[in-house]
Amino acid sequence: MQIYLPIAEVSVNAFLLLGLGGMVGVLSGMFGVGGGFLMTPLLFFIGIPPAVAVATEANQIVASSFSGVLAHLKRRTVDLKMGTVLLIGGLVGAAVGVQIFNALKAIGQVDLLVRLSYVVFLGIIGGLMFIESLNAIRKSRAGRAAPIRKKHTWVHNLPFKMKFRTSGLYISVIPPLLVGLLVGILAAIMGVGGGFIMVPAMIYLLGMPTKVVVGTSLFQIIFVTAFTTMLHATTNFTVDVVLAVLLLVGGVIGAQVGTRLGARLKAEQLRILLAILVLAVCGKLALDLLLQPAELYSLGAAAGH
Amino acid sequence: MLRCAIIIWLTALPALAEEVVAGLSQSRISISTNFDGSEILIFGAVKRQDPIVEDPPLEVLITVEGPSRPISVRRKEKRFGIWINTDAVEVDRAPTFYAVATSGPWAEVIKDTEDLRHKISTLRAIRSVGATIRGSQDFTDALVRIRANSDLYQTNIGSVSLSEQTLFNTSIRLPANLTEGDYRARFFLTRGGRVIDTHEKIIAVQKVGLERFLYRLAHDQPIIYGLMSLAIAIAAGWGASAAFRFLRN
Repeated sequence: MQIYLPIAEVSVNAFLLLGLGGMVGVLSGMFGVGGGFLMTPLLFFIGIPPAVAVATEANQIVASSFSGVLAHLKRRTVDLKMGTVLLIGGLVGAAVGVQIFNALKAIGQVDLLVRLSYVVFLGIIGGLMFIESLNAIRKSRAGRAAPIRKKHTWVHNLPFKMKFRTSGLYISVIPPLLVGLLVGILAAIMGVGGGFIMVPAMIYLLGMPTKVVVGTSLFQIIFVTAFTTMLHATTNFTVDVVLAVLLLVGGVIGAQVGTRLGARLKAEQLRILLAILVLAVCGKLALDLLLQPAELYSLGAAAGH
Repeated sequence: MLRCAIIIWLTALPALAEEVVAGLSQSRISISTNFDGSEILIFGAVKRQDPIVEDPPLEVLITVEGPSRPISVRRKEKRFGIWINTDAVEVDRAPTFYAVATSGPWAEVIKDTEDLRHKISTLRAIRSVGATIRGSQDFTDALVRIRANSDLYQTNIGSVSLSEQTLFNTSIRLPANLTEGDYRARFFLTRGGRVIDTHEKIIAVQKVGLERFLYRLAHDQPIIYGLMSLAIAIAAGWGASAAFRFLRN
């Protein structure tokens, strides 16, 4: 069934969108990532204009994250205090990110920036997670317990310490603020929630327990993407609500399924799956940059209009 | 020069007696939620007082042109091992849709000078409106190529069927990704490559119903539109969560 999208001004198959939403929703619930890093490139691929894809994706992530976070709240796996600290950084970061985005759009390099950011961040994070979880699985197979990540690092020597009871942490607020800021910038530039960066940062940098990481990151993502949606809707008029509804109907159902699937898998298995996924997307994007494109020319909205 | 003008005037004189009378299957195209393109039938007749002249034969050209928009065309080059956008050309105004249909081979239907004057072929139609394309021809060619691949620019040679030098018809396929606005249909009658009569009609392409409401809201009341989008997202997220809880109990 073809459906015409009022803002994107293209006609697409409604079931294709529902399916994409559902698939990405499952991943969102399982891993606590918004799924934007998969959905945004997929939307480009089916012919949605990039500006609309990025803005609408932010709106859709709000829905799937909200659905996901409710499930996590019931299981008490959301650190609201940590989430709020991350959120403060995130909102500042999103505002900065939109400025960078607009500046690069004016000189026609936003596409390159988005792709390069994807390749670099997905590559580093995917690689680290893959190695780490492989080691953890090997160690647990050898009969030993997984290592407890409560090492005393430079993170613990910073001022403004705060107690995060749900996470069982007593650390400075500076690292979470910086993590939030970085994720906010990337969220605005890459059209993603930023969960795929935040989840590993929370585990490895802040030392949060894996079970609260997913819920807390979803909590932060809701507000940052809501803020981004409003920025796009009021400045670029690129949020397509029909597209968003189709994606989120599939997405919210998928997220519920994903959350339940995620609860059944072991933390190490969950991480290695996410790592493989991240590396696959990274590889695809890297190839696009390295191989000669079939069409060297591209059309874009005129700059300065 | 004067002699030349007189000859043109003299040869054009008998032809002036021929006029286009044209019609469209629809003068309004509504973009609704299930819009996936449309086909318009364009037809017409030649009105004349004098008997039909057999040589040179009568030919018909029909163009349909969408609203023009500025666009930038960018070219990728390999730098530091990766393909990045390097050069860009701004086309001040290029039609968002352009179709041209003829009743015969291009060279027989119209002379190059007449094409230049009336801006009929796709490349001419692009140049005409903005008139200032900085940079090379490659960029304009690329623009036409990319749009032709998505059916936005069409050149249908010989697709106008002309019977008895009097009745003609053709159909033009409008793709789903149409831009809203007034589409101009132009009709050209030619003999020996020279335009003897022209005619114009307007096709209004408009969003209707929900499409129109959302589009207007997004542009006129962006804050309300944004909040509405968020409210829908939150409601859907909560709804799905509640539905699953209900299903499990």
